[in-house]
Amino acid sequence: MDTFLQQLVNGLTAGSVYAVVALGYTMVYGIIQLINFAHGEVVMIGAMVAFTVINAIAPSGMPPLAVVLIGTSAAIPVCMLVGYALERLAYRPLRHAPRLAPLITAIGLSIILQHLALLVWSRNILAFPQIIELRTFTYFGATISNVQLAIVAVCLAMMAALALLVYRTRLGTAMRATAQNPQVAGLMGIDVNRVIAVTFVIGAALGAVAGVLFGTYYGIAQYTMGSVLGLKAFSAAVLGGIGNIPGAMLGGVLLGLVEALGAGYIGEFTDLCQYAWLAGGIDACGGGGHFILFGSNYQDVISFLVLILVLVFRPSGLLGERVGDRA
Amino acid sequence: MKAPLRVWAGVALVVVSLLLLPFALAYAGTAWVRIANFAILYVLLALGLNIVVGFAGLLDLGYIAFYAVGAYVYALLASAHFNLHLPFWITLPIGASVAALFGIVLGAPTLKLRGDYLAIVTLGFGEIVRIFLVNLSRPVNITNGPQGIAGIDPFSIGSMDFSKSENLLGVDVSGPIKYYYLLLAVTVAVIVVNIRLQNSRIGRAWEAIREDEVAARSMGINTRNLKLLAFAMGASFGGLAGGMFSAIQGFISPESFILVESIMVVSMVVLGGMGNIWGVVLGALLLSFVPELLRWTVGPVQEALFGRQLVEPEVIRMLIFGFALVLIMLFRPAGLLPSEVRRRELTGQST
Repeated sequence: MDTFLQQLVNGLTAGSVYAVVALGYTMVYGIIQLINFAHGEVVMIGAMVAFTVINAIAPSGMPPLAVVLIGTSAAIPVCMLVGYALERLAYRPLRHAPRLAPLITAIGLSIILQHLALLVWSRNILAFPQIIELRTFTYFGATISNVQLAIVAVCLAMMAALALLVYRTRLGTAMRATAQNPQVAGLMGIDVNRVIAVTFVIGAALGAVAGVLFGTYYGIAQYTMGSVLGLKAFSAAVLGGIGNIPGAMLGGVLLGLVEALGAGYIGEFTDLCQYAWLAGGIDACGGGGHFILFGSNYQDVISFLVLILVLVFRPSGLLGERVGDRA
Repeated sequence: MKAPLRVWAGVALVVVSLLLLPFALAYAGTAWVRIANFAILYVLLALGLNIVVGFAGLLDLGYIAFYAVGAYVYALLASAHFNLHLPFWITLPIGASVAALFGIVLGAPTLKLRGDYLAIVTLGFGEIVRIFLVNLSRPVNITNGPQGIAGIDPFSIGSMDFSKSENLLGVDVSGPIKYYYLLLAVTVAVIVVNIRLQNSRIGRAWEAIREDEVAARSMGINTRNLKLLAFAMGASFGGLAGGMFSAIQGFISPESFILVESIMVVSMVVLGGMGNIWGVVLGALLLSFVPELLRWTVGPVQEALFGRQLVEPEVIRMLIFGFALVLIMLFRPAGLLPSEVRRRELTGQST
């Protein structure tokens, strides 16, 4: 039971970050049906910029919260700029090209961003300075830290703000109209190009914050962190139903939970020694030994498997209404 | 139809220069012969991927997984790791078949997915294979984990060992040069197979699927089987190349089969021109040789200008790949040597 609750807490923390990154994918997909492959790298750049600033001002003795806030507010405009540049230079010219074209550009951009980051920050890992005093609370045998609480709270706040923006403002209405039908939205006086650019910029800003949170949670940031995180967040978006904003939130949290619980239990389930009919034939089982087929190092496989299973059995995701097959 | 004399002369010139090339390269250093060998391996890989991406229009971002399967099958069957030393004419076909099987395993659940989803799933599949290669050293040591497998047998025919130099007809032939000829022979065979495929019933069916799957199905094309066939054939070429990579290198580890490698092969196909065999060959050669040339020039130039190396050649190589993908898509979406059909499709001209 202890493992279960603990993995639930860990999964919820990671999952809420996945959810915020997934929002970036899903917003862009919802509006122009493009998988913005480079979004993971935008998240990475956010984390790197913030960590650089945080490391620079940490020795000044400012309160930790102020340090993190300044770091984050430096990262957000940088990411917004990157997001805008991506849309303007690489995706807008291809909006009416065959579908494969913008996807390939997106892959190219993600390589470029990753290696530009490598040029700027080198291969070294940026560590989060020891400025936050870690406090932990234990309930029912599960431990939750103040950092985890803060991460979940910030993610929830961002999701709420985004929901308000999309469903309660004029801009949000314009975004939803453009997603439904760009031509008609244009005829209704909506500046479609502007709306699409704004969508990219908002997604990038969310990504920047998510990058800082993710880096803070694990204590490190590196130029390679974007690709796997991006892939997982994309899986989350697909799980919830890509193009669907509540879906991305649900998918992110679910994926985090599945991954954490999977990592927590896979070793136990695949320990062949617990199955009496098998244990007799395995030497390692003698004297209470273990023969673990798959350990927690297969954690990353879990999210990819979830992605494949969802696409095969429910391509429109949990909350998506759109049919996946629009060849 | 009789080809004019000029064409035959041209072909003869190409053949002779390809045959003499390794000796010219060996003059500049054996390293260059090795580089040429790896370039040819990439040509093989790109041709295999071209079947999936270029002919059938299925974007596969996990193609390197099949290369990995072929390489590991060869390594496991012909090294001291399991103390098996099967000859290459057994291991290579096994590797290619196992890779084809993996192709079907990947293809079967993804048949209904459309382009961009398929890309992501194949990418995930490639990562899954890599994670298994890294972790399958416990509880039973199959892949030897991140350390990889060393001491893989080279090719040998009778008493001729491809890893050693020997004197043939009064000429010193080094190991890499022998591999060069072998690779060249295999590549020519693969190109011939590809050309025959493209103009066959199967090739035309793939083209129909690529253009419009629904229309293809209503014309009586069995889209399911043909898509699976594309995955299997593409994968088997990848497996073949992987086995040869294993033998030439003598050592493999999961490091060689990361996502970036898949993207590199995709870049080659896209740069050259999806669906055009000669374009793909050109793309693979360009993206293998140009970065190597840069490696030899950029380093010294930087040393001379700044006194130290500012930008690693590896980074420059990757930036070239990235920019090649973006710029090609923006300005020449059909590639350097576009296939005729693609050109029509992408420029919107009717015939």
